[in-house]
Amino acid sequence: MLMYTLRRVLHMVPVFFGATLLVYFLVFATGDPIAALSGGKPMSDAVEATLRAQYNLDQPFWVQYGIYLKNLLTLDLGTTFSGQSVNDVVARAMPVTARLAVMALAIEAIFGVVFGVFAGLRKGGIFDSTVLVLSLVVISVPTFVLGFVFQFVFGVKLDWTSPTVGPDAGWGDLILPATVLGLVSLAYVIRLSRTQIAENLSADFVRTASAKGLTRGRVVLVHVLRNSLIPVITFLGADLGMLMGGAIVTEGVFNVPGIGKVLFDAIKIGESPTVVAVVSVMVLVFVVANLAVDLLYALLDPRIRYA
Amino acid sequence: MRMNRVLKGVAVTSALALALTACGGTSEGGEGGEAAGGVVTAHNTEPQNGLIPTSTNEVGGGRVVDLIYQGLYSYDADGGLQKELAESVESEDNITWTIKIKEGATFSDGTPVTAQSFVDAWNYGADSDNAQNSSYFFETVKGYAQSNDDGADELSGLTVVDDHTFTVELLGPEADFPQRLGYSAYMPLPEVAFEDMQAFGQAPVTNGPYILAEDGWKHEVQIELVPNEDYEGPREPANEGITFTIFDNYDAAYNSLLSNELDVLGEMPPSVLANYQDDLEGRSVSKAYAGNATMVIPNYIEEFQGEAGQLRRQAISMAINREQIIEQIFMGTKEVATEFTAPVLEGYSEDIPGNEVLEYNPEKAKELWEEADAISPWPEDKVLKYTSNTDGAGNKEYIEAITNQLRTNLDIKAELDAKATFKEMRNLVGEDGLEGVSRAGWKGDYPSLYNFLGPLYGTGAGANDGRYSSEEFDAKLQEGLEADSVEDAAVKFNEAQEILFQDLPVLPLWYQAAQAGWSTNVDNVELGWDGKPLYHQITKGE
Repeated sequence: MLMYTLRRVLHMVPVFFGATLLVYFLVFATGDPIAALSGGKPMSDAVEATLRAQYNLDQPFWVQYGIYLKNLLTLDLGTTFSGQSVNDVVARAMPVTARLAVMALAIEAIFGVVFGVFAGLRKGGIFDSTVLVLSLVVISVPTFVLGFVFQFVFGVKLDWTSPTVGPDAGWGDLILPATVLGLVSLAYVIRLSRTQIAENLSADFVRTASAKGLTRGRVVLVHVLRNSLIPVITFLGADLGMLMGGAIVTEGVFNVPGIGKVLFDAIKIGESPTVVAVVSVMVLVFVVANLAVDLLYALLDPRIRYA
Repeated sequence: MRMNRVLKGVAVTSALALALTACGGTSEGGEGGEAAGGVVTAHNTEPQNGLIPTSTNEVGGGRVVDLIYQGLYSYDADGGLQKELAESVESEDNITWTIKIKEGATFSDGTPVTAQSFVDAWNYGADSDNAQNSSYFFETVKGYAQSNDDGADELSGLTVVDDHTFTVELLGPEADFPQRLGYSAYMPLPEVAFEDMQAFGQAPVTNGPYILAEDGWKHEVQIELVPNEDYEGPREPANEGITFTIFDNYDAAYNSLLSNELDVLGEMPPSVLANYQDDLEGRSVSKAYAGNATMVIPNYIEEFQGEAGQLRRQAISMAINREQIIEQIFMGTKEVATEFTAPVLEGYSEDIPGNEVLEYNPEKAKELWEEADAISPWPEDKVLKYTSNTDGAGNKEYIEAITNQLRTNLDIKAELDAKATFKEMRNLVGEDGLEGVSRAGWKGDYPSLYNFLGPLYGTGAGANDGRYSSEEFDAKLQEGLEADSVEDAAVKFNEAQEILFQDLPVLPLWYQAAQAGWSTNVDNVELGWDGKPLYHQITKGE
């Protein structure tokens, strides 16, 4: 187990560097950001040259990337065009997005499993059919449409909550965006746990448990649920990384000051240090979450062993 | 049986949806009671540079910089000059200007605003070592070339006479020089700025009608401005502060406005152009500002050179139905262009000889195109490419409409050559890499006809995308700059435009207009000459 974990952690190193290289190259390939910095207004050649030198844009790609890597190793992520340290930018935006993603994850885990279990226990009932239709609707509508509809209905028309998130982006403010962010995965969790429950209900070990004379509550809670939740937990773990990425759309709709908003602005003006830093952090979260899920898997299911 | 249950599910779902929409029917604005009394919340985008006057060249930073600095002049709603720190700005020959500033003004750290504050700031802005985006605003000051290229730290044309007087020597005469001085690049800076400009840009010490609150700039979140009690000038704040909320999505900002949380939105998202006036029930305004949209026809494209090229330029212009595009794509929010500048400027004329080429006349257009073909035929398979970035709202739609009109009216192949980002397009323009025509536009830096002509069509000028060059035009511009008054200058500049109408280096399409909306909590929202709300005069009652 320890060896396995170690090996997986080592795997993360090339993944991380590969991702930064790729992203750095993609931003580089979209061209020189200086012309756009001038906003189409005249800019003297001397000023352009100074700006290029300032951001190492006058160097060939490998030198630029090398300088970036060197700074990265000293934990210096670079500076933005507006003169802030990218470390500060990420440190400020990351907790907001993390809060949003954790809330979304909690919403999809709690409601997803509860709805899924009820639907699975009464497969074919009204509740089951309603949930199936609703989840199909949610899955087929793009997140940003869902976001705007929720924003308009709950924020503007009903005025239950603010349509956009306030300056502190507190837990309360984030309920609506987190719901939207978690909704698509919520639909998947419902469907997944529903199928699992329904399948396990007819499994041999459940029949045995019932035959032993256990109450239905105990059979469902201990035998059915525990076994049904293994794939659900795997899904949730992998989803944490997806949620961080999905936050870009949701953050734009609800004006949440998280890394999605930072990334969007940085891509617009071709600010490579910020883009690479944010994407690298996302990659890290994704890779770590995946590792955690794999390890958790072994804990939940004693049949799985890592050597 | 099974089918039946699914149907029931659908029924329940629809009932839920109905209930939701029914609830949405009745809602009342105007109860956003939690907002602090008198502090106006306004939409903004994240400034792309530190809040330094000479490095700010985009609107997100511009909205803030204009409010926190006080220069020599500012502009009223119509673009007229109003004195801020200027006591007098005078010149005998339009070359050497003597500028006297008012005494007693201070920066928010208590240090006085002196002639030196201006001279230091201008020197800093011009020196290419400091890589200031707006350094080109000093290019007509004597010594700019040395300061920009050859390592000099100071503009030799700037001389401090005493604490409150300095002189500016220009490379040539400029009748409208004072008109420039309201632009943000000409603001003064306190001594403390030069110790660490990067840090200063994050928390500037300033002298404007407002100052940045302590820790006021929360990046990507908000920028908090409080009134500056020491400010004296024409822009006395009528509210108790302005908090800019940072958005990168205009639809989100619009929804925030609808729910009365945002007080002022200075730019409408394209998706609501058709209905914002109804939504906001009288709380909106649309006003033409000093900006236009044009189509650049580069001089370096063979088919557009010589006599045939001239005819083709005219033909394309007459083949475009500007009115129809404005109505159908922009919901009537723009105005058809009649010349190369903008209607809010002093000296603007809609009767410049030659401007009939801007009128829609498809028959004449076809004739002219055939005439051009008779001189030198348009290559059989050549497609007229219309290059534009498609990350700006409405660009793709209007250019496809124009290429459609060109295909129909001129019977040629024409298509949009889409570039994903503004950056990509500017790079192409910068290296003379256009293969056809391209999208362009200009937003005035300061309210002057010259600002719409010199930097765009002067030989070798910085924003001359099409590489146009005409001795005759340059000479007329020069005459305008040497004129004795702004009125006389305007006459010359409009004569210069007659030459542009003959050569058509670009085709003027339309003038821009800004749309703004406000919440039920505020009053007195007016747009300035540049389309920005005049934030200082907005009142917020509670």
